[in-house]
Amino acid sequence: MNEKLIVSTSPHVHANVTVRTVMVDVLIALLPALAASAYFFGVRALLLTAVTAASCAAAEYLWQRLLGKPVTISDGSALVTGVLLAMNVPPTFPFWMAVVGGVFAIIVVKQFFGGLGKNVVNPALAARAFLLASWPGAMTSWTVDGVSTATALGILKEGGQALPSLMDLFVGHVGGCLGETSVLALVIGAGWLFWRRVITPEIPVVYIATTGLLTWILGREGFFTGNGLYEIFAGGLFLGAIFMATDYVTSPMTVKGRILFAFGCGVITTLIRVYGNYPEGVSFAILIMNLVTPLIDRKVKPLRFGEVSSRG
Amino acid sequence: MKHRLFRGGVHPEGGKELTKDKPIVPLDPGGTLVFPLSQHIGAPCLPLVEKGQEILRGQLIASPPEGRLGVAIHSSVSGKVKSIEMRPVVGGRGVSVVVENDGLAREVSFEERPRWRELSRESILSIISESGIVGLGGACFPTSVKLNPPPDSPIDTVILNGAECEPYLTCDDRIMQEHADDVACGTELLRRIFPDARIVVGLEENKPEAIEALSGAFAAIGADVEVRALPVMYPQGSEKQLIFAVTGRSVPSGKLPCAVGCLVQNVATVRNMYLAVAQGRPLMDRVITVTGEGIAEPGNFLVPLGTLVSRLIEVAGGFKGDPGKVIAGGPMMGFALTRLDVPVVKGTSGILVQPRSMTLVEPERDCIRCGRCIEVCPMGLEPYRLNRLALLEDYDAFVDEGGMDCIECGSCSYTCPSMRYLVQSLREAKRTAAARRRK
Repeated sequence: MNEKLIVSTSPHVHANVTVRTVMVDVLIALLPALAASAYFFGVRALLLTAVTAASCAAAEYLWQRLLGKPVTISDGSALVTGVLLAMNVPPTFPFWMAVVGGVFAIIVVKQFFGGLGKNVVNPALAARAFLLASWPGAMTSWTVDGVSTATALGILKEGGQALPSLMDLFVGHVGGCLGETSVLALVIGAGWLFWRRVITPEIPVVYIATTGLLTWILGREGFFTGNGLYEIFAGGLFLGAIFMATDYVTSPMTVKGRILFAFGCGVITTLIRVYGNYPEGVSFAILIMNLVTPLIDRKVKPLRFGEVSSRG
Repeated sequence: MKHRLFRGGVHPEGGKELTKDKPIVPLDPGGTLVFPLSQHIGAPCLPLVEKGQEILRGQLIASPPEGRLGVAIHSSVSGKVKSIEMRPVVGGRGVSVVVENDGLAREVSFEERPRWRELSRESILSIISESGIVGLGGACFPTSVKLNPPPDSPIDTVILNGAECEPYLTCDDRIMQEHADDVACGTELLRRIFPDARIVVGLEENKPEAIEALSGAFAAIGADVEVRALPVMYPQGSEKQLIFAVTGRSVPSGKLPCAVGCLVQNVATVRNMYLAVAQGRPLMDRVITVTGEGIAEPGNFLVPLGTLVSRLIEVAGGFKGDPGKVIAGGPMMGFALTRLDVPVVKGTSGILVQPRSMTLVEPERDCIRCGRCIEVCPMGLEPYRLNRLALLEDYDAFVDEGGMDCIECGSCSYTCPSMRYLVQSLREAKRTAAARRRK
């Protein structure tokens, strides 16, 4: 025994799950969606993802260096934000705009609020909203097989074109953002996240089920005329429900809170899709519910040991 | 009957395979033994011996002040009292009787009681009290006091705690396997004290040998005791969680188990009740698991109380590699030692050595709000919030949010991806809040 003993209070063991392993698992879970986007939209999809990921990581590094704070890019959270941002833009999106989006996500949405764990809204989604407001044209120009097209939800809203088949929606052969194109790839990613216990199923399941049911009930042509199944496969619902709404930082911490949160996301998504001007409502629904999260966490508590129903 | 699983909990890596097949070996305590005067909940004992005095194994060397909560302390070896002085003990320093062991193991004559089954409740309790028995699971609460609950809370279920949910520790498992008959006889004493109660042993289902040994021992003496195998989940051995698993009853916040008609005793405690009452042998030794990846020859030892930790490590083959942490107890709730010349006391269930390479040295990061601490908290608390309140020193809010219900099991810190010092801060805040309350 050459050195002094290490002393700390218990516990002296750890589950070996760290912020970094969690982020790595999320990145792994995104691989199928990334592969699908490369398959359907070409190599440019990968380049675009590399650009957003690099700009997010670089923005975090520079910010923390300039402020003399410990550099935390090794925890992987900036990379996750970067990849998620790419998943939320069209395949033709200009690289320089993508860089602006990455910097906005990290500096304005994340670091201005204190960094990982302190941000109020999801950085990638807030950046997407920012890009949509700044360059609505670039953010809504969709292509499939090099031909410009409209998204399924856009066609539902505006008409004009034949709708893609349900099978095309599921596999991903449709216009849309990089990540939302293939429901199949996203579900594979979700399976990984569940298996690795990175996320629990409440949010994706409740969010998707609520949206499916409500779009059917409210219906675009009147009550009970909606095609719930088509609605949930179209647009960014699976991407949002699996990867964005489940963001730890901006979603509630209790199971009951998460169910409430996911239900709220489903309601707002449906209202925007059916009654709003935007064809898609997933991003805004999640951003709005992000803002409700602190309130949910304050009011929705776990059942304490020994409590029967409501607390005394 | 179905068993229920409490909500929450974690699955820490077992580490039990290192010692679960190692039979209990008597340990030679070496030359110097140290008996701290405070090794139970209650008032410190007053020494009954003087420097230079010759003493025998089993001799009473200290007893609690008249009328105060506490239990007696007996010497575990024969020899000479070297001094009565401040000595390093687990968690600090304390006045201790230091004994030079003469190695002869000369014993006082123990008063065997062949007709122990016929003793009255009162005499059983007084023998247990005089024999220095405390809860050996680690709480160290005087057993005779625990066995004498207020008359307005009748006990209908007595539970023997054999869960041993702490990773690495196997001492209770070995006691149940090797001394099941003693444990069974101990339950007869519990039957005398609580004639109308049902008696259940609760243990985790990963101990099939213990289950078999106990079932056999109960059948052999015709004791009506149920052996209940419970799911493996930490902290299954926590009193409130065990009661819930066995009876489905929840002990209300701030209340004792007797509030729901239950009483829990560790299996080793019950065995020592029998040794004390039937054989007249006070608590002098205890079974300790000396284990960990940093120990050359892990094993279970019957250790005379007062033996120095350094001696245990020596007997267990010494360190393997560079020791990082030496822990008294298990990895979830044990105390890291600053030095090795501290003695084994009544509450020491294990000595765990982690090599330096395995020792946690991760810095704390910001909470990422993943919710895992809430998911695993067996008390249904929100550790992340309590941690924030503890850091803000907002003790009123800490108490309002249930902070005092924390059983300090460490599941939250174990599972936190940001390595936050959750239970650590809660423990501290509980103490401060309790001290403020007393003011």
